Amino acid sequence: MSFLDYFISALFLQAGYNSALVAVGAGLLGLSAGSAGAFIFLRKRALVSDAISHATLPGVGLAFMIMVAFGSDGRWLPGLIIGSAVSSAIGLVMVEWITRKTRLTEDAAIGAVLSVFFGFGIVLLTIIQTMSSGRQAGLENFLLGSTAGMLISEAMTIAIAGALAAGFVFLLRRPMTLVAFDPDYAATTGVNVRNIDLAMMGLALIVTVIGLKIVGLILIVALLIIPPVAARFWTNQVGPMIGIAAGVGGLSGYIGAVLSAAEASLPTGPIIVLVAFGFFLISALFSPLRGGLASWLRHQRFQRRVHRRQGLLSLARREPIYDGLTIRILRRAGMIRADGVATARGRIAAEKAARDEARWAMARRILPDDSAIERYDGLTPIERMMTPDQIAEIDHMIQTAQGAKA
Amino acid sequence: MSSAKLVAESGKILDVAAKDAPLTVRGLTVSYGNKPAVFSVDASIPAGSMTAIIGPNGAGKSTFLKGALGVVPRLSGEIRIFGKLFDEARDRVAYVPQRASVDWDFPARVIDVVLMGLYGSVGLFRLWRARHKQQAMECLKRVGMSDFADRQVGQLSGGQQQRVFLARALAQNAEFYLLDEPFAGVDAATERAIVSVLKELKSEGRTVVCVHHDLSTVAEYFDRVLLINVRRIAEGPVETTFTAENLQETYGGRLAATHIDELHLA
Repeated sequence: MSFLDYFISALFLQAGYNSALVAVGAGLLGLSAGSAGAFIFLRKRALVSDAISHATLPGVGLAFMIMVAFGSDGRWLPGLIIGSAVSSAIGLVMVEWITRKTRLTEDAAIGAVLSVFFGFGIVLLTIIQTMSSGRQAGLENFLLGSTAGMLISEAMTIAIAGALAAGFVFLLRRPMTLVAFDPDYAATTGVNVRNIDLAMMGLALIVTVIGLKIVGLILIVALLIIPPVAARFWTNQVGPMIGIAAGVGGLSGYIGAVLSAAEASLPTGPIIVLVAFGFFLISALFSPLRGGLASWLRHQRFQRRVHRRQGLLSLARREPIYDGLTIRILRRAGMIRADGVATARGRIAAEKAARDEARWAMARRILPDDSAIERYDGLTPIERMMTPDQIAEIDHMIQTAQGAKA
Repeated sequence: MSSAKLVAESGKILDVAAKDAPLTVRGLTVSYGNKPAVFSVDASIPAGSMTAIIGPNGAGKSTFLKGALGVVPRLSGEIRIFGKLFDEARDRVAYVPQRASVDWDFPARVIDVVLMGLYGSVGLFRLWRARHKQQAMECLKRVGMSDFADRQVGQLSGGQQQRVFLARALAQNAEFYLLDEPFAGVDAATERAIVSVLKELKSEGRTVVCVHHDLSTVAEYFDRVLLINVRRIAEGPVETTFTAENLQETYGGRLAATHIDELHLA
C-alpha cells in the first residue's frame, strides 16, 4: 500500500483498530490542548506552559528508575505520567515562588526553571541508558513524541484524560475569561484569582503530561499555543475562539497522528505541530476578519475612499489637485477630465461632499452627545448615519447661521 | 460579629455610629516591597454620598481603593463594607478599575464585557438568557453606548471604553460604586455621560467613591472629599474640607499657589 493510500484509509479510520484509536486519542489531546491553551494565551502565560513541559523530564526519569527498582520494566505509562506531573508541578510552583518572593521577573524565573529541570532530566536519561535492568529503549521518545508501538490502553488513557480536560475548561470558562481580561475586577466579584490561575496552569500541566507520549515535551507548548493564536484571527469573542482553537487543535492532533502512522519514520510531535502551523498560516493570511489579506484589502479600500473624499473637497474649494492617486481615482470615477477640470458629475459630488462636511460640523455643535458623531469615520454618507429629520434640522440650523452672518 | 472583632489593629475602635456605612476603614496600610503606598489611613464613607479621593500622583489613591476591596494584600488595617467583612458584602459593591489596567485587544464585544458584570448572578453552569442580554443593553443605554454593543472593545476610543467599564459595574446593580480615575483621559461627551450616571446613582440613594484628578471639577461633581498623600490628610464635606490649606498640605509644593487661587475655594 502506498503512503497516500494508507494515509487516506487511516484518515477515515479504515487502517485498523489500533491506529484509529491512536488518531482519536491524538485528536482529543489536541482538542483539550487547544481549548486550555486559549486561556493561557489570553492570560499571556504561554512561556509558563513551556517551563511546565520541560519540567516533566526529571519526573519521567525518576519514575522510570523507581519502577525499575521495584522490579517492573519501567515502561508503565500511568506511572511515567504521575512522575512527570509531580516534577512539572514542582517546576510550576518554583516559577510562581521565584516571581512572588524575589525581585526577578517571570521570564527570568521561567528561563531558570526550564533549563535546570531539562538539564537534570537529560542527566537522568543518560544514567538510565547505562542501567542494566529495565527496558529503557524508547524513553527518549518522550522528547519528540511517538505513536509507534502504542498500546490500546495508553491511547484510551490519553483520550479519556483529554476529554476530561476539555470538559473542565468548559466549566471554568467564565471565571477564566474574567481573570484573563481583568484580574483586579475579577477579584472584587469574588473570583479567587490565584486559584483560577493555578487551575489554568493545572490544565496546561494535565495536557502536557498526557501529551508527552504522542507530542513529546519539547513541542507540546506549540499544541497549546498555536491553535488559539490561529483561532484569534477568525473571531472577536472568547466563546467562538475556544471552539475554533479546540477544533484546530483536535484536527492537528488527528491529522498529524495519521500522517506519522502512515510513515513510521516520521516523529509524531513535529508532524502534529507542522499541521497546526498549516492551520495558523491559513488563518493568518485568509481569515476575513483579522487575516492579512483582508486587512490589506480593507486598508486599500479605505485609502481610496479617503483620497476620493479629499479630492472632491478640493474640487468644491476649487483648489488644484496634485496627488497622483487622488487624480487617478477621480478620473476613473468620471469626476474630472484629463486636464483636471471637474465634470458635471464631479461638480455635483463635490458639492454634496462639501455640504456633508458643513452638516457634520454643525452636528458636532448642536448634537455633541449623539452616538452618530462618535461612530462617524469621516467618510460614510450622512444619510446612512442620521435620520432625515436630523439632517433637516441640521440644514435648518446651517441656513439660520448663514442668515445671521449675512 | 462580636464587638471585640471591631477593634482595629491600630488600636482604635470602629466608630459605632458609622458601623453600617458603605465603607469604614481603620489604619489601612498597603506596601509594595517595604515602602508603604498607603500608611495607616482612616476613612468613613457615609451612605448616599459622592466622594472624591484626591491627592498627587503616587499618593496611593488607587492603592487605597484596591486595599479596601482586597485586590491588593494589606499589611494592616480593618475594613468594613456595610458593617461586614468584604466577602460577606461583595454583592453590594461594584468596582470600576482604571481603563489602562487591561489589554483592550481582548476577544470581546462591548456587550460581552457588560455581561461580565452579570457573571455573579448567572453562576457557573447556566447559559445566557435573553433577560441577561436585555439587562446588559439597558446598562449600555444608560452610558449612551447601546449603538456599540457588537463592536470589538479594541475599536473603541478611550472614553467609550471607560463607559463600557461603567456599564459593566451598573450591571452588577450594586449599592456602592468605587471608580478608579473614571475621568482620566476621556473626551468631554464621556465626562458628561459618566457624571450624569453617577448623579443618577446618588439620587437613587446609592453611594459613589471616585479617585479623581481634576481639582477644578471637584466641587461641581462631588459632595465629599478624602485627601490622601500616603497618609490621610483630611476627610469631610467639600465646603469645609476642600480648602486651600488642606490642598496645600496634600500636594505640598507641587501645587502652585496660583493654581489654588483659580479654584475659588472658600
